[in-house]
Amino acid sequence: MLSQAYGHLDGLTAVMLFGIGFALLLLDKNLMKKIIGFSMMDSGIYLFLASYGYIESRLAPIYQEGVTEASAYINPLPAGLVLTGIVVGVSVTAVMLGLTVRLYERYHSLDIDEIAEKIRREGK
Amino acid sequence: MTTMLWWQNLPLFMIVGALICAAVCSVLRAKAARAVMTVLSALECAGMGILLYFTLTRNESFVFAMGEIGAPFGNELRVGAAEALVGLLFAGVMFLAVLGGWKQFTADIAPNRVNLYAAVFCLLTAAMAAMTFTNDLFTAYVFIEISTIAACALILSRNQGRTMLAAARYMIMNLLGSGLFLLGLSILYVLTGHLLFQQLGEAVRNLAAENRYPMPMYISFLLMTLGIAIKSALYPFHTWLPGAYSTATATSSAILSSVVSKMYIFLLVKIFFRAAGTDVFARRIEDVLFLYAMVGVIMGSLHAILQHHMMRMIAYSSVAQIGYIFLGISLGTEAGFAAALFHILAHSSAKSMLFLAGNKLRAAAGDRDTFPALRGAAKKTPLAALAFLVGALSLVGVPVLGGFASKVYLAKAAVELGGWRMVLLLADLLVSTALNVGYMLRTVLTLYRPAEEPGTEPAPKTKDAPFAFAMGALIVINICLGVFASPVMDWIQQGIAMFV
Repeated sequence: MLSQAYGHLDGLTAVMLFGIGFALLLLDKNLMKKIIGFSMMDSGIYLFLASYGYIESRLAPIYQEGVTEASAYINPLPAGLVLTGIVVGVSVTAVMLGLTVRLYERYHSLDIDEIAEKIRREGK
Repeated sequence: MTTMLWWQNLPLFMIVGALICAAVCSVLRAKAARAVMTVLSALECAGMGILLYFTLTRNESFVFAMGEIGAPFGNELRVGAAEALVGLLFAGVMFLAVLGGWKQFTADIAPNRVNLYAAVFCLLTAAMAAMTFTNDLFTAYVFIEISTIAACALILSRNQGRTMLAAARYMIMNLLGSGLFLLGLSILYVLTGHLLFQQLGEAVRNLAAENRYPMPMYISFLLMTLGIAIKSALYPFHTWLPGAYSTATATSSAILSSVVSKMYIFLLVKIFFRAAGTDVFARRIEDVLFLYAMVGVIMGSLHAILQHHMMRMIAYSSVAQIGYIFLGISLGTEAGFAAALFHILAHSSAKSMLFLAGNKLRAAAGDRDTFPALRGAAKKTPLAALAFLVGALSLVGVPVLGGFASKVYLAKAAVELGGWRMVLLLADLLVSTALNVGYMLRTVLTLYRPAEEPGTEPAPKTKDAPFAFAMGALIVINICLGVFASPVMDWIQQGIAMFV
């Protein structure tokens, strides 16, 4: 059991990172910490994809002289997915940060509950 | 490789064209940007219509391989009758939402920001087309994120504190949803090595037959379902919805409620049907989904009854209606999926009309939407009130309208299946219909009641031709969905037959 788990150390770490990030994004009241949580969550998934995409003792998917059979290389697709995921993550983070800046300028707070309270008072 | 017919290139042009429009819009002047966005959505409608015509007459779906790189390496688009039909409705609703919100749009959005709104709108159009057509799970994820960002910007269109908070809440919940979806997708990819639905489905069936990795597979589908459930506001995950839908400008709330959340559900239908193999892993998830949907139908209606503001009430009624769609999916039979797709059509056309008309009524009542303030609003804007009436009756399920037909199909699908689900679903339909009557008709009666202070003269009537056109078209669509329900259902069934 334990040795089995050891074989999946990367995967376990990735899922743990995902869990921590998920909890932070869901539960923390601070908008900045929520964004950090989102980044951790995404990093967890990238680690997951990257670690399972690599097969030990195979070559990186760049052509090398004399090695022609496909099975000598690893599949480039998981790395491609990670790259796409990073781009997506960056843009989402940018949007969230922009939103946070605007909320902070207006209400001088990063606490989402406090902001909601201020807006409720503003409405009355 | 068989030769391509001209119309088989349309899906790609519809996606790329919308993306180009988005880039162009961001540097145009307000007026030109608005024209681009209107024309683009009209063209998308036409494109979807052409695709629907050809897929139906030829009775087969087709696959568009990007760059002619075939499976399993390439990226594919796939179009059948179901995709084209759902896409046609989405594009149509977006077009009519632009027209119906024309006037309020001018009031809500500063002239120097109109081009940015148009850019985001085009981006959302691209995401809609791509998510409807894509045959690749990861492409679907990328466009899920694009639509999340675009939808967030649509909510933000009104520069108010409330909308900013609503947008922040929307983003947070939706990021949780897409994170779960991405994790589920990654696990599935690691297990099967495929991302195209066709190959994925085969790999899943093979692994299931050999009984390898049953638990990881189950968890991966569960994560993806959960992610989409959060993003489309299935009951306990609906917290972001009322604020987002009720504070945005009319065009935005119509699009958000009837296109954005529905396209995720359509994606889920594709995953269940084509990747998960309805008979293998979906079955166990469906039981869970069934209970959530059932609770959602009731709780959404109860919340709607408790609201003091009309727009929030309409928003909560979406929670209940999305419950109906998930009920159809969770039956797990072909008839159930067909009923769910039909309800997507019926609800989209009714709910976009309710939001557009509701915004008009709110404006007529002096930008207030509490029920006392709305008394007599029907006299000020008769057309908006009529549209609201039709939409409300459709959602309640009055015959001749779309909502009635979808409830009948849902009940039929349940009776076909039998067992405990039938009993629960029929009871659920009965209770929720009663609740729907309660809150929808209360609003309609308020609208038609004379105002409390008869001294105030109604504001001078202003002509709003685009709004009148949009309302007319939506009313016709709603009636057509009810009257011609069985041919539409035949198309859906034809489309589902093409799925496999």
